[in-house]
Amino acid sequence: MKRVNLFCGHYGSGKTNVAINFAYYLKKQGLDVAIADIDIVNPYFRTKDSENELKSAGIDVISLPFANSNVDLPALPPEVYSLVQNRTRAAVFDIGGDDRGAYALGRYAPYILEENDYNMFFVANFCRPLTRTAKEAMEVMKEIEKACGIPFTALVNNSNLGRETTLEGIREWQREAQKLSELSGLPIAMTCAEESLCTDALFPLKLQPTVF
Amino acid sequence: MAEKVLMKGNEAIAEAAIRAGCRHYFGYPITPQTEVAAYMAKRMPKIGGTFLQAESEISAINMVYGVAGTGKRVMTSSSSPGVSLKQEGISYIAGADLPALIVNVQRGGPGLGGIQPSQSDYFQATKGGGHGDYHLIVLTPASVQEMADMTALAFDLADKYRMPAMLLADGTMGQMMEPVELPAENCNTVEKPWAVTGTKMQREHNIINSLYLVPEQLEKTNFDRYEKYKIIEENEVRYESYMMEDAEYCIVAFGIAARVSKNAITALREQGVKVGLIRPITVWPFPVKPIREAAEKVKAFVSVELSMGQMIEDIRLAQECKKPVILCNRAGGMIPSPEQIIETVKNLQGGNE
Repeated sequence: MKRVNLFCGHYGSGKTNVAINFAYYLKKQGLDVAIADIDIVNPYFRTKDSENELKSAGIDVISLPFANSNVDLPALPPEVYSLVQNRTRAAVFDIGGDDRGAYALGRYAPYILEENDYNMFFVANFCRPLTRTAKEAMEVMKEIEKACGIPFTALVNNSNLGRETTLEGIREWQREAQKLSELSGLPIAMTCAEESLCTDALFPLKLQPTVF
Repeated sequence: MAEKVLMKGNEAIAEAAIRAGCRHYFGYPITPQTEVAAYMAKRMPKIGGTFLQAESEISAINMVYGVAGTGKRVMTSSSSPGVSLKQEGISYIAGADLPALIVNVQRGGPGLGGIQPSQSDYFQATKGGGHGDYHLIVLTPASVQEMADMTALAFDLADKYRMPAMLLADGTMGQMMEPVELPAENCNTVEKPWAVTGTKMQREHNIINSLYLVPEQLEKTNFDRYEKYKIIEENEVRYESYMMEDAEYCIVAFGIAARVSKNAITALREQGVKVGLIRPITVWPFPVKPIREAAEKVKAFVSVELSMGQMIEDIRLAQECKKPVILCNRAGGMIPSPEQIIETVKNLQGGNE
């Protein structure tokens, strides 16, 4: 396990839900954990939506000063630096989608690369229209790496069709994840599923609440 | 059955437009519809189409006007403040009788309002919006699947009647993700002998214009256009009737408000309250007939909206004020809760007994 855990991927691939659940997972290992939301692309569906639950679990939440307000301003809070500079805590980064979102990570890259105790996870959902295949996902990976300057180290298969996800589907999408693993030379660190669907082999996701 | 993908409403609009043969997109980013432009920016260059981020909404809509004159399928998308900026161009497109798709993923207003969902551009969309006598065909999707299906339908209707169509969504529809079965590649284009495509020295020039210097010509054009609108009112009204057979109360709601209303209806029915829903799918033309028929049977109507009662006028007019219309709304970017709707209907029930 690494100290810094970065979650990047295609827009709408489920990075926030995976990152939040990974923070809970680290906390359960007895670590001092903080999660930072540095998504400057989309003002909705944020880590901040789960702020109360995260904080009551003892996880520190660092989010954009204007998150969940009507101010759509992509400003990064100074506290993010404490996460890359203070090397005593476990850190989880929820990063915006695609290369556009990954630019925000770029400014912290020198610290993260110098410390060299990180995992850079590529979160993939092969049910998303622009990443249906390993080849398409590979393109997005390259764009993200170029934007933030940090190479990926592992894959997270988060393929799902929302409420219509089935275990058979997960098994089928796992084949595409295997292909991406072969193409990229990176291991699949975990395959996720909503907790009610989970078997032992899957990383359970407790999803953020939605209105309807 | 085609395979399903997981999409945001905004992405579904963009992909469905491409599959409907749209190869020209002009826009300017604004939350909460930016994904339409972002998706187009990724896809259009790969399929030989044009994605152009204009310097403003006004430029974008005039680029739409230009391409529409050539008969090609063309669209723009924005959110409320941006759609206000487009109104002059929309009026010109309507005045030149050109097909085009305008997408409005509504956010709160007036002014800059907020970035949360809203339905408060109902008047603007259904009563004209820009200057002059004209209408848009206005479709209101209530799921990501409908975002895709109605994009294709809007292109078809716009071509069929040679007029602009609008997809009137709200921020929730744009942002939410649901599984979608994408429509097949299908460009149901009609013959467009009026289009500016070059005469090849074989015909007279086609002229795209909305200026009429002879008053009689302008009047005739307006009269003729309203004859066309009558045909559309007769043939293109779309709505969903839900549990209306024995309903004593009729909720009228579209988009996200209709989805929440269905949940409220389920809960109310369990408690023995006979309530149903008429969901306008086209808000112009408005489903006048089903509302008028419902007025014969129900005690009252409830307009569930993310606006300040803008649809009430249409519900009242449709049934000539026979039955009262009560408003159940939120107007700051929030969504009416099922509980709020249940309470509104129960209060009505108390008042009637």
